[in-house]
Amino acid sequence: MTRYFTTDHEWLVVEGQTATVGITDYAQSQLGDITFVELPAVGATLSKGDSASVVDSVKAASDVYAPVSGSVTEVNPALEDTPELVNSAPEGEGWLWRMTLADAGELDGLMDADAYAAHVGGL
Amino acid sequence: MRYLPLNDTDRGAMLAAIGAPDVEALFADVPAEARLDGPIAGLPGHASEMAVERHMARLSAESLSAGSVPFFLGAGAYRHHVPATVDHMIQRGEFLTAYTPYQPEIAQGTLQVLFEFQTQVARLFGTDVANASLYDGSTACWEAIAMAGRITRRSKAVISGGLHPHYVRTAQTMARFTGDTLVTSTPVLDAQADDDAVIAGIDAQTSCVLVQYPDVLGRIPDLARISAAAAAHGALVVAVVTEPVALGLIESPGALGADIVVGEGQSLGVGLQFGGPYLGLFGCREKFVRQMPGRLCGETVDADGKRSFVLTLSTREQHIRREKATSNICTNSGLCALAFSVHLTLLGGSGLAQMARASHLRAIETAKALGTVPGAALVNAQYVNEFAVTLPKPAAEVVDALAKRRVLGGVALSRLVPNEPALANVLLVATSELTTAEDIAALVAALTEVLA
Amino acid sequence: MTVLNPAGWRPEMGERSPASHDVPPTVTGNRALHLEEPLLFELGRADQCGIDFDVVDGAPLAGLPLRSGPVDLPGLSEPEAVRHYTRLSRQNYAIDLGPFPLGSCTMKHNPRLDEKVARMAGFADVHPLQPEATVQGALKVIDELAHWLVTLTGMAAVAMTPKAGAHGELCGLLAIRAALDARGDKRDVILVPESAHGTNPATAAFAGFRVESIPATHDGRVDLAALVGKLGPHVAGVMITNPNTCGLFERDLKTIADAVHAAGGYVYCDGANFNAIVGRVRPGDLGVDAMHINLHKTFSTPHGGGGPGAGPVVLSEALAPFAPLPFVAKGADGLLHLIEEAEAVAAAPGAFGRMCAFHGQMGMFTRALAYILSHGADGLAQASGDAVLNANYVLRRLEHLLHAPFGAAGPCMHEALFSDDTFAEGFSTLDLAKGLIDEGFHPMTVYFPLVVHGAMLIEPTETESKAGLDQFIAAMESLAARAKAGDPALKTAPHFAPRRRVDETRAARKPRLVWTPEAA
Repeated sequence: MTRYFTTDHEWLVVEGQTATVGITDYAQSQLGDITFVELPAVGATLSKGDSASVVDSVKAASDVYAPVSGSVTEVNPALEDTPELVNSAPEGEGWLWRMTLADAGELDGLMDADAYAAHVGGL
Repeated sequence: MRYLPLNDTDRGAMLAAIGAPDVEALFADVPAEARLDGPIAGLPGHASEMAVERHMARLSAESLSAGSVPFFLGAGAYRHHVPATVDHMIQRGEFLTAYTPYQPEIAQGTLQVLFEFQTQVARLFGTDVANASLYDGSTACWEAIAMAGRITRRSKAVISGGLHPHYVRTAQTMARFTGDTLVTSTPVLDAQADDDAVIAGIDAQTSCVLVQYPDVLGRIPDLARISAAAAAHGALVVAVVTEPVALGLIESPGALGADIVVGEGQSLGVGLQFGGPYLGLFGCREKFVRQMPGRLCGETVDADGKRSFVLTLSTREQHIRREKATSNICTNSGLCALAFSVHLTLLGGSGLAQMARASHLRAIETAKALGTVPGAALVNAQYVNEFAVTLPKPAAEVVDALAKRRVLGGVALSRLVPNEPALANVLLVATSELTTAEDIAALVAALTEVLA
Repeated sequence: MTVLNPAGWRPEMGERSPASHDVPPTVTGNRALHLEEPLLFELGRADQCGIDFDVVDGAPLAGLPLRSGPVDLPGLSEPEAVRHYTRLSRQNYAIDLGPFPLGSCTMKHNPRLDEKVARMAGFADVHPLQPEATVQGALKVIDELAHWLVTLTGMAAVAMTPKAGAHGELCGLLAIRAALDARGDKRDVILVPESAHGTNPATAAFAGFRVESIPATHDGRVDLAALVGKLGPHVAGVMITNPNTCGLFERDLKTIADAVHAAGGYVYCDGANFNAIVGRVRPGDLGVDAMHINLHKTFSTPHGGGGPGAGPVVLSEALAPFAPLPFVAKGADGLLHLIEEAEAVAAAPGAFGRMCAFHGQMGMFTRALAYILSHGADGLAQASGDAVLNANYVLRRLEHLLHAPFGAAGPCMHEALFSDDTFAEGFSTLDLAKGLIDEGFHPMTVYFPLVVHGAMLIEPTETESKAGLDQFIAAMESLAARAKAGDPALKTAPHFAPRRRVDETRAARKPRLVWTPEAA
């Protein structure tokens, strides 16, 4: 199970035809206490780079961009009552949405864990 | 100059500390062509407090104040008795000269007032929540349309002919930029509000139905019926209340199914003020909280566990969300919200009921008395404290003639809806607990004379 | 001799004060004049009312949808209400208490004459829709204020109805949009400096424009070359703040305006910082097409805990025909009239419509007019001079202790900008601001403008005395040293305010916006 990363601090894990998307631990630590997560509608069609979700902390609202194109199949139900999961388990239970993959070729443009770590190191 | 504490000794010492020869040197970045070489031409020099007071008092004397004559104007601004305590509280320097409560540790006064205000508005409107106020009823009305569009992801608002024409025009100005379609209509002089027409206009593209309650002619729409029809199409109901005192007598819009309730709070605490500043009220269902415009005050605790209040959900607002904000509003109507809240605190639910009842009973007396004036005919089947009367002549002329007889007899509907011959003879008449039997007699006498 | 102490009491100072942990906490939670105050809903009763009504006989109309009982709202008697609000007021900082150095907010003294004047019956107790012949005095106030605003800014006209600064910005942008529409021009881009206040791009986006950002130069001004480079047939105009959000005068504004006009666009100026130049510089001379004026900033109408404000917009000749309805104009009969929808077709065909009900924030107009008449031309120039002098004094007295990113570039205008560069690791502008609360001041504007890290924007205004400034500076010197040394007590400040730092996360995650009995 490969975990891919974007320069905008999203991660993506592919299982079969479905991708799970979330934000990285680095991102949540920068945002501070997360107070609310606005998730895309199930069935929404996303193009790579679209703002799909908005993560609110007390003083900021950050867009989360779709790392790949596809349509949304599921959103994380736990986040409505417990948005703090994105802080405590950003790369696990704090996942944001699941989507189909319209074009598997888009995965080639994403980073692996080492490349992402290097990217964060340079920030 | 009495407002400027620095004297030349101070300035000299400060310039020395700065290392500048004079104050002009501090304006070095202003291009020479743009710098004026003397005090602005066309403006006189400074004036004493007594001179300014004299000037303003003379101007004040050139207007006929509402309290000095029999007074029956409404149409979106109402004259009620505001207890002396209200003005004393809002003039306390800690309220008057405080800022937006961005530092909650030293603003619990303002914040607790806002929390109480939000609760009062929500209960008055029958909604789950309310915000800390908007500029006025008309802009609150537009914000509700925009919010309904965001929630339903539709863009057609069906607007009752009974909505205050200024509110309609405000929404029309704004809707040109958001692509919302507003389905509007001219008021019709039926005894009942235009519920049937409004319901007939609702379809699957409708974001919301906007109904004024009571409407601009004082009629009372059947909100329950309209809410049922809207819900059947997935549209939201926005109720607009320009006279909140009426809600002391008739059922709240929230209880009758309204999803969003907006209004003008001017009647309580604020006073006529020739049109502003006024007070926008905004309430809605809990599930729509994150879509609400304007400031919100929430309850929390401090580091010692003490209950505290703080502005919250600010990420919706434009200083953070910038282009994607829920609205471009920055200020609320803070001091007016305080005045409203103090007045409503002094009233309590029982006092508001008395105030509404007295206003309504005076309206019944007035309507009955006007029925004795040849040519005057009541339009409404029902009303609370405002109704419409048709006259045998254009109401605008009648209003001017009454004013010459020192009676402020009402608002000509044509002032709000010009160029509609069918409405030219309609007079809107409002009463309150301040209206006396003498006022009513004076109106009847003057009107009889004018129409003779 | 006569014994002169019949009561036999002698003052006793007592021992030195015991350590605070030896003093028992009070039962009430109060500490002398520091008084806690419950919520209205915990105090009031449903049947309590602080107003007596005259009895009116009669029965309501049949068939009304009557409430089954009164609205569920507690009331208080007059003494209880006065106590409730007086006690609450004492939990607030205010201009009347001390310096309020919020950059870009212009927290100057609110003259009490203005309050008196606003309450005169001919202004306060008149209905907006009264026949015009009965409100000539009130219309004259609007007309006179409009005249002074136009004179002070060197512009051609003014739209008086916007209810706040942000509303005024919207008015200006809609006028620009109307002007473009009138000539069939579909330009859709507005240029906004990256240091702009969030209302600027928000307003531009609302009016249907795409926003493009212009960077700043190292000396804190808009990059002229970058701006000019972006001009073209798709650019509707630029929104610029002058003085800018870093407290600096945009020296190139006339050049920018000329370039924007040559390219067919308009210049919108955010007038929030007008206090720096009022009476000395006219924005009209710099090529501005529209500028909103915050009456609650430059013209001292009271902030009231967050509002109401007023945001009239001065307009150039080019934009004047597109001002919204309604406005005041003198008729052929010599009387002042309100040009509303009925008259618009003939008198104002270019008006883009109405922005709100009625015709403006009259309560703010009376106050601002009294303020302007009191100061006069010489007083206003003195006010802006003192405002700039006070800010430069603060800048120079503190710049050896706090980093002033543009301190070396020359004088500042009416506000001084510092960053958190000198602070110890882990210490932030927020910590210094909370420490300032303990010293008895309201914090300065923090984290704005965004272009400076940990920004602190200090605007003393002209109504601060030198003694007041010196005391503020002394507090800032101490706080700057503590932030640099990393004093841990700053992290938990304030210690002496009515409340300590509040849990904003909790307020946002589980919003409680109204009082409910079960949660009590």
